[in-house]
Amino acid sequence: MAPHERRPVTVVAFGQSDHRRTTDEVSEVEMLMPVLHEVLAATGLKTSDIGFTCSGSSDYLAGRAFSFTMALDGVGAWPPISESHVEMDGAWALYEAWVKLQTGEADTALVYSYGKSSPGSVRDVLTRQLDPYYVAPLWPDSVALAALQAQALIDAGETDEPALAGVATRSRTAAATNPHAQLRGAVARGEYAVRPLRTGDCPPVGDGAAAVILAAGERARELCERPAWIRGIDHRIEAHGLGVRDLTDSPSTRLAAERAGVFERPVDTAELHAPFTSQEVVLRKALRLADDVTVNPSGGALAANPMMAAGLIRIGEAAARIHRGASDRAVAHATSGPCLQQNLVALLEGETRG
Amino acid sequence: MASVPSPEVLRAPLVVEFPFTRSLGPVQSAFLTGLRERTVLGVRTGDGRTLVPPVEYDPVTAEEIRDLVEVAATGTVTTWAWNHAPRRGQPLDTPFAWVLVRLDGADTALLHALDVPGPDAVRTGMRVRVRWAGERVGAITDIACFEAYEGEAAEAGPAPHTGAFDDPVTGIVAAARLDYTYSPGRAQSAYINALSDRRTVGERCPSCRKVYVPPRGACPTCGVATVERVEVGPRGTVTTYCIVNIKAKNLDIEVPYVYAHIALDGADLALHARIAGIPCDQVRMGLRVEPVWTEGGRYPDHYRPTGEPDADYDTYKELV
Ligand SMILES: [Zn+2]
Repeated sequence: MAPHERRPVTVVAFGQSDHRRTTDEVSEVEMLMPVLHEVLAATGLKTSDIGFTCSGSSDYLAGRAFSFTMALDGVGAWPPISESHVEMDGAWALYEAWVKLQTGEADTALVYSYGKSSPGSVRDVLTRQLDPYYVAPLWPDSVALAALQAQALIDAGETDEPALAGVATRSRTAAATNPHAQLRGAVARGEYAVRPLRTGDCPPVGDGAAAVILAAGERARELCERPAWIRGIDHRIEAHGLGVRDLTDSPSTRLAAERAGVFERPVDTAELHAPFTSQEVVLRKALRLADDVTVNPSGGALAANPMMAAGLIRIGEAAARIHRGASDRAVAHATSGPCLQQNLVALLEGETRG
Repeated sequence: MASVPSPEVLRAPLVVEFPFTRSLGPVQSAFLTGLRERTVLGVRTGDGRTLVPPVEYDPVTAEEIRDLVEVAATGTVTTWAWNHAPRRGQPLDTPFAWVLVRLDGADTALLHALDVPGPDAVRTGMRVRVRWAGERVGAITDIACFEAYEGEAAEAGPAPHTGAFDDPVTGIVAAARLDYTYSPGRAQSAYINALSDRRTVGERCPSCRKVYVPPRGACPTCGVATVERVEVGPRGTVTTYCIVNIKAKNLDIEVPYVYAHIALDGADLALHARIAGIPCDQVRMGLRVEPVWTEGGRYPDHYRPTGEPDADYDTYKELV
């Protein structure tokens, strides 16, 4: 491999659970395992065939230390496998797996992530990722912080409440054809959660899991009829101080997209990890999406937002559209942290059909 | 889609609570000590901007910055959100506005709460001032909240400040409490429910036929769901052990005692438990043991020798 030359890597399989408000009857590994079996079955691979495994989850959601080790039972971790974990959304686990495949030490990777928000209060849990000196002691919850961003957008004339309602309606209507979605079909905008955001502007709270299999080079063609090639992938972060940032923009998303090659040619599909309606406004601008781009045909995070999996699902949904020929060039985006603090952008392409 | 939990799935409250003790750097220390003294400090960046609250490294250049300045306790709302239902730990327990406030003299905004009667009393651009907490300790909560203020912005810019105070604050204690309802899922619920009848159940892997106890719902070798419930024990064999000589905090078991791995009859995974009823130096690999339950105990208190001959090494060597 020549210096700076990237090894071609593809998404060859994607699976996800049905996302639900509660899943008391199953442990994390019980929730995850059917999804792992789904992607393995789709490629014909066994766990022992996988070169590298990487997962994303959060102890704060589970309320237990090293909670991810229990989920490892589901991937057949004995005899020992090459494995890693990120305390983040699975999209970042996919990035780590992509890097691993770049080293040439593995040809295939299994990436999975899962989260159960139902045991705790996710609005409170997410305050624990904030600056512990100046912000976390005030317990500003995730909806409140998103609402500050929404008001900033309204003040800047970039959106208004009816436009935000339109985003919610389009997302949840799109989810009508997504059997995995937690919310389907149009829903009422609801009361204010934290004004200006109404409950309809906010994502559902729920439990779910997702998995993808990556393959490098020639392995991809053996495992998938129309693999989704990752043409570029990059992730960037912004200052943690909310008052330092311009909340109406997402320069980190734009930079990641530029590095991933998104702006070189138009995309036909965008899967955006925008848990709040107002965040779609920011992301559309940052990614310079034209009006004819199909945005979140899955319903996006407004229809199902399993913490730690919703970002990986965006990449998976974009890849699945390429697999079935509904897209030729798609951008997938994942976010983490308050008000789109961290952003990952992947550019996926299918080979020209002849 | 709501799911109805199966009646045998257990649920219990789980509280995770911890007082995180955090030390402060020089800039954070000056800022939080300043709040205690009703003085708001910012920090100047290389390109002349004033950051409030201050940070130790420039968010743009990553250069170390230490040039402290004092800014006003009055400012302007840059964005807001109306919180009609305050949550535990938030600055006010009556409805309030979350605000980002750019204090007079600062170029960035500080997050806090604004005490106003209702959402109609807030707007971006409104003038506000700090309402100090009665008792101040050197924490962001020394600002009780912001309140409406009619005055114009101060003419004078930020004034240099040494950041030196008597008795500086060098750390904070950040109390964190999160409440969960824990459910162990199907497999572990079955295990715990069986223990209440003084029985031990495991689950058999459909692929490798191994019986796991306690069951976690998956075979770590095959990566498949374990489904067939199997009763194991009550007797078992010591596969390995150690003698504990250091007393654990909050544990009223006298040292020394023996802690052992025990392969219950019919199980393919050893579980761990205490051995009693035999001198420590007589515990050995292969010793046959049985559980001893105490009145009201939810799991065996310990295991004791059965008096049977020792198990042959070949019968448990795979489990060591
Ligand atoms: Zn097995």
